[in-house]
Amino acid sequence: MKKIKVASETETKRLAEKLAQALRPASVVTLTGDLGVGKTTFTKGFGQGLGVKRTINSPTFTIVKSYSAEIPLHHIDAYRLEDSDEDIGFDEYFTDQAITVVEWPQFIDLFLPEERLEILIERLEDDSRLITLNPIGSYYENVCEELIR
Amino acid sequence: MGEVMSQNKETYILAIETSCDETAAAIIKDGREIISNVVASQIESHKRFGGVVPEIASRHHVEQMINVLEETFSKAGMTADEIDAFAVTEGPGLVGALLVGVSTAKALAFAHDKPLIGVHHIAGHIYANRLIEEFQFPLLALVVSGGHTELVLMQEHGQFEVIGETRDDAAGEAYDKVARSMGLPYPGGPEIDRLAKQGEDHLDFPRAWLEDESFDFSFSGLKSAVINTLHNAKQKGIELEKADVAASFQASVVDVLVEKTYRAAQENKVRHVIVAGGVAANSGLRQALEEKFSDQPIKLSIPPLSLCTDNAAMIGAAGMIDYQKGNFSDWAMNANPALDLEIYGNRQR
Repeated sequence: MKKIKVASETETKRLAEKLAQALRPASVVTLTGDLGVGKTTFTKGFGQGLGVKRTINSPTFTIVKSYSAEIPLHHIDAYRLEDSDEDIGFDEYFTDQAITVVEWPQFIDLFLPEERLEILIERLEDDSRLITLNPIGSYYENVCEELIR
Repeated sequence: MGEVMSQNKETYILAIETSCDETAAAIIKDGREIISNVVASQIESHKRFGGVVPEIASRHHVEQMINVLEETFSKAGMTADEIDAFAVTEGPGLVGALLVGVSTAKALAFAHDKPLIGVHHIAGHIYANRLIEEFQFPLLALVVSGGHTELVLMQEHGQFEVIGETRDDAAGEAYDKVARSMGLPYPGGPEIDRLAKQGEDHLDFPRAWLEDESFDFSFSGLKSAVINTLHNAKQKGIELEKADVAASFQASVVDVLVEKTYRAAQENKVRHVIVAGGVAANSGLRQALEEKFSDQPIKLSIPPLSLCTDNAAMIGAAGMIDYQKGNFSDWAMNANPALDLEIYGNRQR
């Protein structure tokens, strides 16, 4: 578990960008945090890191938005799947030659790959953010080690 | 000697659309005329979840595809042998849903030895208008739906430039979320539109204009403002008139959409403005656009409601442009959830 304090949106983006560049295709990152805490900011930075040129915007309605880039990005928002317990074919996305970012991962817990990088963003009292990286599996542990160094 | 394509020959395209929750097929003549147009909606089964559920959507597509095709042919009084090309939504959309349409179109094109045409879903929404009125260029399309809010500039057929898009929520998504927090049934857009007519815009919700030069949109702040207003009123025990909340919210969305469309039309000296996507069904938006462009030399087209929501007729209309340009897809074509509109417009296949 690694904890990183970031002071601004720019710093959040920069961290996300660095992380995206450190990951290989078929990686899965989950993103948890309250409304307005910076999940979208993080994903925008993450997309920049992958070289996504399009504006990354909300996938809530469509559940998934995919972006082409050198390593493509799947941006999943599972918010509307709270009452659904079906396997909705997520493997297609997770095992693809793309990187997937999942918001509201708790709603698709059953279908997430065992090994993944869990990220929690929290708002601190001074309005800075605490970003917690919880890598599951040796690959993600190494990525986080490299990132912090 | 092979078949010579004469100028006078009519072209019939069979089109399939399965990118989201509608299983649809259509036969279009010469890109402009609907011969038959069938849509099997899944909206009833998605009501339970307050929206589309991908795997349910895919399964429904598989169940309905053949029925929809049969009905499309029988309504047209045609057989697959009379079809000149098979067009299908290649992306963007849900990969499992898209695959059903792509596989079906591939099988049909292969079996009948006719061209296969992969179409971009948003290009389809834009071309829905050409089933009603011929395009005049330069043309500006305002694309507004649950998943998209974009301004697309076209200098010629089949070429697209995205000059503005939402940075967070799409307009339709904001409608959905606001409707849900007001306790309105799904889909929320039509409900808010209906209520808005009975209410007054006095709650002074924000308008996100962003930078002066920008044609981008942002609806997430507005959505939060409405939800906070509802929340605060509830805590203070104040009963807000739902119709007024709807009217105030709708006025805020419509103001920004209309003003940015108008500015983009002026700045790019367009001759034709068209509206596309599900939110084009919104009566408040239609009325405001008609007023704004009423004294302009710019032509304004808004398709009938049946062509605003997902359908296959629009895919056939867009596919005709690819047909004329010889932009055919090969058998390796796959569902492409990340298909980019500008790249689609520029590609040579």
